[in-house]
Amino acid sequence: MNYLELLKLAAPETIVAVAALVVLAVDLTTMRELDTRVRFIIGGMIAGVGCVAAILWMLALPAQANAFAGMLVVEPLTQFVKIALLALTIFTVLLSIESNFTTHVGEYLALILFAAVGMMFLVSAEDILMIFIALELTSLSLYILTAFNKRNIKSAEAALKYFLFGGMAAAFTLFGLSLLYGLSGATNLGQIAAALNGKGLDPLLVVAIVMTVIGFGFKVAAVPFHLWAPDAYEGAPTPSAAFIASGSKVASFFIFAKVMMIGFAGAEGSGAWHQYASGWVPVIAVVAGLSMILGNLVAIVQSSVRRLIAYSAIAHAGYMLLAVLAHDQEAVASLLYYAVTYGLTTIGAFGVVAVVQDRAGDDNLATFAGLSRRSPVISFCMMIFMLSLAGIPPLAGFFGKFYVFAAAVKTGAPNLGLMWLVILAIAMSAVSLYYYLQVLKQIYVADVPAGAPEFRAPILSQVVLGLLAAGVILLGGAPNLLVGVLQQCISAMGH
Amino acid sequence: MLAWTIYISFLGVLVLMLLPKGNASAARKAAMLTAVAGLFIALLGFVRFQPGETVTVTDAEWIPSLGIRYHLAADGISLTLVLLTGLAAVTGILFSWNIEHRAKEFFAFYLALIGGVYGVFLSFDAFLLFVFYEIAIIPKYFIIAIWGSTRREYGAMKLALYSFVGSAMVLIGLIAAYVVAGAHTMSIGELAKYPFPHGFQLWAFPLVFVGFAILAGLWPFHTWAPTGHVAAPTAASMLLAGVVMKLGAYGSLRVAMTLFPEGLDDWGFGVMGFHSWRDVIALLAVTGIVYGAMVALVQKDFKFVIGYSSVSHMGFVLLGLVTLNTIGLSGAVLQMFSHGVIAGLLFAVVGRMVYDRTHTRELSVLEGMQLSKAIPFAATTFVIAGMASMGLPGFSGFVAELQVLIGAWKAYPTLAVITGVGIVIGVAYTLRAVQKVFFGERGGTSSTSSHSSGNEDGDAVEHVPPISVPERIGAVLLIGASLLIGLYPRLLLDVIVPSFSSPLFDGLRKVGLQ
Repeated sequence: MNYLELLKLAAPETIVAVAALVVLAVDLTTMRELDTRVRFIIGGMIAGVGCVAAILWMLALPAQANAFAGMLVVEPLTQFVKIALLALTIFTVLLSIESNFTTHVGEYLALILFAAVGMMFLVSAEDILMIFIALELTSLSLYILTAFNKRNIKSAEAALKYFLFGGMAAAFTLFGLSLLYGLSGATNLGQIAAALNGKGLDPLLVVAIVMTVIGFGFKVAAVPFHLWAPDAYEGAPTPSAAFIASGSKVASFFIFAKVMMIGFAGAEGSGAWHQYASGWVPVIAVVAGLSMILGNLVAIVQSSVRRLIAYSAIAHAGYMLLAVLAHDQEAVASLLYYAVTYGLTTIGAFGVVAVVQDRAGDDNLATFAGLSRRSPVISFCMMIFMLSLAGIPPLAGFFGKFYVFAAAVKTGAPNLGLMWLVILAIAMSAVSLYYYLQVLKQIYVADVPAGAPEFRAPILSQVVLGLLAAGVILLGGAPNLLVGVLQQCISAMGH
Repeated sequence: MLAWTIYISFLGVLVLMLLPKGNASAARKAAMLTAVAGLFIALLGFVRFQPGETVTVTDAEWIPSLGIRYHLAADGISLTLVLLTGLAAVTGILFSWNIEHRAKEFFAFYLALIGGVYGVFLSFDAFLLFVFYEIAIIPKYFIIAIWGSTRREYGAMKLALYSFVGSAMVLIGLIAAYVVAGAHTMSIGELAKYPFPHGFQLWAFPLVFVGFAILAGLWPFHTWAPTGHVAAPTAASMLLAGVVMKLGAYGSLRVAMTLFPEGLDDWGFGVMGFHSWRDVIALLAVTGIVYGAMVALVQKDFKFVIGYSSVSHMGFVLLGLVTLNTIGLSGAVLQMFSHGVIAGLLFAVVGRMVYDRTHTRELSVLEGMQLSKAIPFAATTFVIAGMASMGLPGFSGFVAELQVLIGAWKAYPTLAVITGVGIVIGVAYTLRAVQKVFFGERGGTSSTSSHSSGNEDGDAVEHVPPISVPERIGAVLLIGASLLIGLYPRLLLDVIVPSFSSPLFDGLRKVGLQ
């Protein structure tokens, strides 16, 4: 394989990286004198064009290759995830155009794109070295994005927490992965599984499993590795928080599932009721159960909407882990459907929070009082997002839950092994309706506070949020739009 | 054709959302038009219907990879309830003609709820049914929380959470059934044919049945009903009691009983005299009938009387379901229709005719107002509605409850006798309410002047606005429907009874449906 071919395979990543450099250069050389908003619009347009070009490249030139033994795997499924990631990136960029927290426009947009590049490489990696490098590229960009609001001390605090926890988690991941290498003598996930196969559960392998789960558990914000999430979601500039909650989630869950399903194939064990067998499934089952319980219960008492979304994100991570547990093709499809629609919904929710916070100054529940009378469009969007997160049909969140739960129950069939966890998940999502309704209660039921100033949401935000809400409704009403494509991609993979 | 009942309701929602702000009159006219169109389509479907058949309305692939279909169909049972929904929708709007506050949103939520209800009654795919079932939860919350009265936010949240917990139970059962049956279909017809393992049915049946029955006011999970009804604005109470509670009973019949018929079978052992879930549910239903009636007898708030009476009357529906004979089952369906009409009428009198004029619902305060002179139309309506509610011959309640009682007599003679006691108490609380509200002595017990919201002096009574035309039309419609079914019950029974011989109920026949 020569470098030209490699460049072709990595073209989407390259395009996005080049777009990042262009944004940086243009902003640095020609736009210093301009108004921040104009700079955001021009920079955002360049970034958007880069993402769209990368998407078009992938759609127009479908490729299938495996370069350097899993360093860069290009197949329909990875392309699908990358397209989804780029779509989420575009929405993040659109969201940041209205923001006014920084004057370093070029740097901010470039970092978003670099994070996206990291996620794209992450998705394509089947080699633990490459996985780690891509993970670090993503994480380092996200740390900086979190700290970007220099005027807000909470932003710095959040970033420091995120960074310290993240560094620790990276160390755990590295430790786990190096143990894997030591056990198997290979860095490719498939080869690792082949080398480990039949050896049973080595104590070292158990350590490797636990370490890896800790590392990825941090990335997806699952209990008990979730402590950074509420602070990061609350303190980070809104577009950064939205990106951490959506793009980063999708990529991390995809690679998490991949590492577990391919790398630890044969060491699954069983988490079925009364049929416990040690392996990675019971470990993740415990993490998933804890995430659902803690996330949902703690979200109830939050008064900051961002923290509420953060704890609900922890709960959603618990639901998504169910799909990882199910570890079959159907489960991967359900995981991706869930993660992508969840990403869209969360970006939307953060978008509404951003609009309100920019005008009212904070994100307390009480600040949202009477929003429906002041800005009906974004209120309606928020209703769609919250109800989708709560899992009300016909919105995407409901079908995602149904799909994931059905996949999880199916793996345990005919004795419905993982049913206990699914019952817990459904019970907990019944709890979650309460706090989502708390937000909607403020927006729709509470009266507009006396003397509240006139409130106009920017047209751009209204359009972007409207698009996202329409997407959530459409994907929920016609889930086959996504599910059909996903299943094609997975069957083309032939694993 | 019938599918348009659903689509037109949601189209109405869209139209209302696009209407300019603050034009209440246009909003209610648009809503009225939508509801009337829905009723008209339902009537047309009813007239064209051949008893015994199951009309497939739409059957298309929806999510092919999971085997989920967009399957709308109607048999006699669903048609009866679709008709009820149409009637309740129209009369509900007639009785909310005076809504001015955020009228556009009110009617949008209202029509969304109606659309969801139509959808549930017409779905023959369990997944689709569940989707519509949940669509109906959210509008209820907003209607009560925004336009309600006493403790509205509490009542709304309680209702939403009870409904959601119930639907969570249903979802668990449905996912399990879907997977056990091979994960390739959600069609109720297909699943009903699938021989689920006996042990599985024994736990899935109570889960799904009770999950649905929570919304039907099954004792002891009924507590959302009185608070919800009382908190709700008139139209919402009418819909809650009129059709939403029927959603629960319908789900229990359509999903739980057809999918898991063996769940009604004997356990093979006895615990404290219970030998099957059927026994347990029958006892809970009768407890609901008697308990609801007794609690209604001692209420101080007029609306609570009606709220608890709903729990009592819905007990008949649940009892009818577990009698497992055609007469009891068709009685249950007829009772759903009958109670839908009568409860709607009662809530209209309480909420719209009395409370909106007097701003109090305290029986002791109303007693001193001599409302029968101030608003004679309301008094007449309530007396008629009360007679229908008591189950006087000539009204729909009589036929329906009689059928349930006959059915229950065959299956559970002792419980049938206790139910009879419940009916007597029903007469007592209705007469008590009639007497206190409309024919109280001036200055009776109104000396209890601790009611902050009341206007105890009775002076304002003379200035009560007269009953408006929409109210009169609504009342006449509902009374007419109850009388029509009471005098000529075959109109509905001829449609309902043959439905129970469809293959859908083969499983029930195996466990003893006669």
